[in-house]
Amino acid sequence: MLAQSNNGSEQPVSRRNFLKNSGLVLGGLVVGGVAGSLLNRQQAPAPQVPGATPAPAADFNQALMFFTPEQFKVVDAACERIFPEDESGPGAKALGAAYFIDHQLAGDWGFNARDYMQGPFYPGEVTQGYQGRLKRREIFEIGIQEMNNYSNSTQKKRFYELTPEQQDAVLKAFESDEVKLTTISASAFFKMLRASTLEGIYSDPLYGGNKNMDGWKMRNYPGNQMAYTQVIEKDEFVKMAPLSLRDHQH
Amino acid sequence: MAKKLPKVDVVIVGVGWGGGIIASELTKQGLTVVGLERGKERKTEDYFMVHDELRYAMRYEMMQDLSKETITFRSKTSVRALPMRSYGSFLLGTGLGGSGVHWNGQTFRFLPYDFEIRSKTIERYGEKKIPDGMTIQDWGITYDQLEPYFDKFERMAGISGEENPLGGKRSQPYPTPPMKMTPSIKMFQEATKKKNLHPYMMPSANLSEAYTNPDGVSRAACQYCGYCERFGCEYGAKADPVVTVIPIAKKTGKFEIRTHSHVRRILHNGKKATGVMYTDVTTGEELEQPADIVVLTSYVFNNARLLLMSKLGRPYDPATGKGVIGKNYAYQVIRGGAVGFFDDKEFNLYAGAGALAMCLDDYNGDNFDHKDLNFIHGANISLSQLGLRPIANNKVPEGTPSWGKDFKAASLKYANRFLSVGAQGASMPFRHHFLDLDPTYKDVFGDPLIRITYDFEEQDRQLAAYCADKCGEIVKEMGATEKIEINKKLGPYDITPYQSTHNTGGVIMGASPDTSAVNNYLQMWDAENVFVVGASSFAHNSGYNPTGTMGALSYRAAEGILKYRKSGGGIIV
Repeated sequence: MLAQSNNGSEQPVSRRNFLKNSGLVLGGLVVGGVAGSLLNRQQAPAPQVPGATPAPAADFNQALMFFTPEQFKVVDAACERIFPEDESGPGAKALGAAYFIDHQLAGDWGFNARDYMQGPFYPGEVTQGYQGRLKRREIFEIGIQEMNNYSNSTQKKRFYELTPEQQDAVLKAFESDEVKLTTISASAFFKMLRASTLEGIYSDPLYGGNKNMDGWKMRNYPGNQMAYTQVIEKDEFVKMAPLSLRDHQH
Repeated sequence: MAKKLPKVDVVIVGVGWGGGIIASELTKQGLTVVGLERGKERKTEDYFMVHDELRYAMRYEMMQDLSKETITFRSKTSVRALPMRSYGSFLLGTGLGGSGVHWNGQTFRFLPYDFEIRSKTIERYGEKKIPDGMTIQDWGITYDQLEPYFDKFERMAGISGEENPLGGKRSQPYPTPPMKMTPSIKMFQEATKKKNLHPYMMPSANLSEAYTNPDGVSRAACQYCGYCERFGCEYGAKADPVVTVIPIAKKTGKFEIRTHSHVRRILHNGKKATGVMYTDVTTGEELEQPADIVVLTSYVFNNARLLLMSKLGRPYDPATGKGVIGKNYAYQVIRGGAVGFFDDKEFNLYAGAGALAMCLDDYNGDNFDHKDLNFIHGANISLSQLGLRPIANNKVPEGTPSWGKDFKAASLKYANRFLSVGAQGASMPFRHHFLDLDPTYKDVFGDPLIRITYDFEEQDRQLAAYCADKCGEIVKEMGATEKIEINKKLGPYDITPYQSTHNTGGVIMGASPDTSAVNNYLQMWDAENVFVVGASSFAHNSGYNPTGTMGALSYRAAEGILKYRKSGGGIIV
C-alpha cells in the first residue's frame, strides 16, 4: 500500500538513474573532463520514463558539500545496503541519505565543533567513550578509503562495483572488526555510518534526506504535527499524511 | 583586575529551576537579586521550529557546548579519568531555564523513607543490611517537614496527577487532574491491578488542562505533540522556569538577569563570601559582583566544581571519608526493564508527552520487604508514552540484524507495535563514588574540569535484575505476543549510551557539619551566607526523577535565605 503510493507519487530521477541514463560510466578514474561534462549535462532536462508523471523541479539540495564524487558513491551504496529498497518502499539511496551525510559532515557535526577535542589524548576504557583526535569528517574519509581498499584486496573492485551480496560481506567485515585498521576502529566507523544513515532516512527533509517524507510514510510517522489531543486516547491506529517543518504554520 | 560592580543583596549563579525559584521568592520580599547565567536568553517563541529530532535530540541544540567545558570520568581511582568528549549517559543543560527547559516534566515527591534512609533501614533490618562502603545517611529533614514545600512547587508548576497510594501523605490534591490515558496505559493499569499492585498516573508538569497558578501565571494545556525531553515547549504547557518563576521575579523590578555571564569563582574571606567573579563571555572581560548572599543554583557538577575551585568548604577525601565537597555522588539505575512486541496491535506511539505515564511504587523505597534481598531501596516502575521519534526508536526483536533487509522490515513493522515497562532504580552512594577537580583537563578558561569517579555496584546489579523481572511479569500480563525481552544485565557504568540526566550529590545536606556540606535550608555549614541549591544536596538518589524534590528544597532554601537575612547572621535552625 505504501509502496504503491511511493511509486505513484513523483519519484524524482535520482542521481544514480541520471548517471545511468546519461551513459556515463564512472567506474574508473574521475578526471576533470568527466566532472565538467557532468555539470553540463545536469542542466539538461531529466530523461523521463514512459508513463511516469512529469519530473518535479530540480532539487538544488542534491549536490556535494564535502564528499568527492568517488566518496559519495561508496557512501550512497553502503547506505542502500543498510536500508535497502524493498516492497515497503524506497531505500536509503532514493531517500537521499548519502546527501544528508555529506551535508552533515560539511558542518558543525563533521568538525566535532561542539565536542571536547582538547588533548592530551589517551586510549581509554570502552566505558569512557571515544578518545581519538580525529574528527567525524576525517573518520569518514578514512573509512570510505578503507572500504574501497578492502573491496579491492578481496574482489579487485571498488565497493560500489560489487554485487549487493558482496557489499554486505564488506560491511559485515567492518561491523565485526574483521577488518583491522590502524587509525580508526572499523566497527566504530560502521556504527557511525549506520546511525547517520538512519538520521538521513528519518530526519526532517530540510536536511536533505527523507525525500518526500517517504522515510516517515513507510513507518506511519506523521512528522511535525502540532497536536495529538484528538488521537491520544484512540484505540485504533490513526494514520495521517505527514507534515514537515516547511509546512509549519501556527 | 576584575572590574568591581555595585553591591547587591543576593547574587545567584545559574538561572534554571533553582535560580528562578530563589529569585522569585526573594524579589517578592523586596530583595535585589542579580542572576548570572552563562548561556543565552530563552523564550517560548524560540520553539517555532522545535519539532526537529535531528537538531534538538541528536545534535543537542539546548545543551552545554562540550568544546568549552565537559566533565571527566573514571570507574575507580586506579583508572585515568578521561574527558566525556561527546554526549552520552547524561545531558548538561545551559541557558536561561537550564535543564528545567529540556526536561520531560515527571514530577515526583521522594518517599518518607528516603529522607531517613539510614535510620529506617537499620530500624527494620539492622545495621548489617548496609553493605561495607555504602554511605547512606539521613538528610537532616523529614518528609513531613518538606511537605509544604512540595505542595508549593506543585502549585506553582501546576502539576497534573492523582494521589500515589503508596506515597507520603499530601496536604491537598494535585492542582490539576491527571493527563489523558492511552490504550497502552490502560493495558498497564489492568495488568497491574490484576496483580494487586497500586498503579497511578504519573505526576506531570505537562498540564492536563489550562491552569493559572498562585502567582497569576496562566498556561495552556498540553497538546501531546511528543516533543518534550531535549526540546523546549512551544505552548508553555510544560512547566519550566522561563514560563513560571522567572517572569514573576522580573515583574518585581528587583531581578536583573545577565546572560553570557560565566561565574568562575566565589570570592570569600574563608568564613563568608563577598561576591563572585565572572567572565562576560561576549567580551572576555572579568567582572566582580559583590553581594551579601551568594546562592549557587547551577547544575550538580558546577555547584561542586565552583566550591572546589574557589577553595570554599572542605573537599571530600575518599581515603579517609572526611571532608564533604564532592561526597556521595549518585546517579540512577535505569537499565532494568522489559519490552513486549505486539503482532496484532498497533498503537499511536508517535503521540505522547514527557510525563504521560502510569507508574507504581510497590517495588520502590522500602515499600516491600528486603529481608531476603541483597539490596536496599528499589525503583518506580512505569509505562510511559512520550512520543516515539523515528531516528532514536528503531526497536526490533532480539536476533534481528541491526541493518539490511530484515532490519528494515522488522523496524517498520514494529515501529508502532512495541511497549516498554521500565524501572527507574534508586542509586545509593558509596565511599569511593565522588566528585573532585581533574588534574589534567581544563575548560575554555583554563580552569580544571570536574572529575567523576563512579561505577555500578552489586547493590545496583541486584536491584536492576529484581526490578527487570517485575517489569517482565507486567509485560506478560499485558498480553505481548510471545516476544518479551527482559533486560536484567546492568554491566559496568558506561558513559556512552544515554541513561538519565539525574546526577545527584556532591554538596549534600544533613544534620551535622561533620557529614554534610549544607544544612536543611541548604545553607553552607562553613560559609553562612552561601546557599547551595539543587540535586547536589541529595544525600542519595531515589527511584524517581529528582526535579520535584529539588524544587521543594529550593522553596525551603528561599525561606532559609529570608530567615538568614532577617536574623542578621549565623546558621539558621
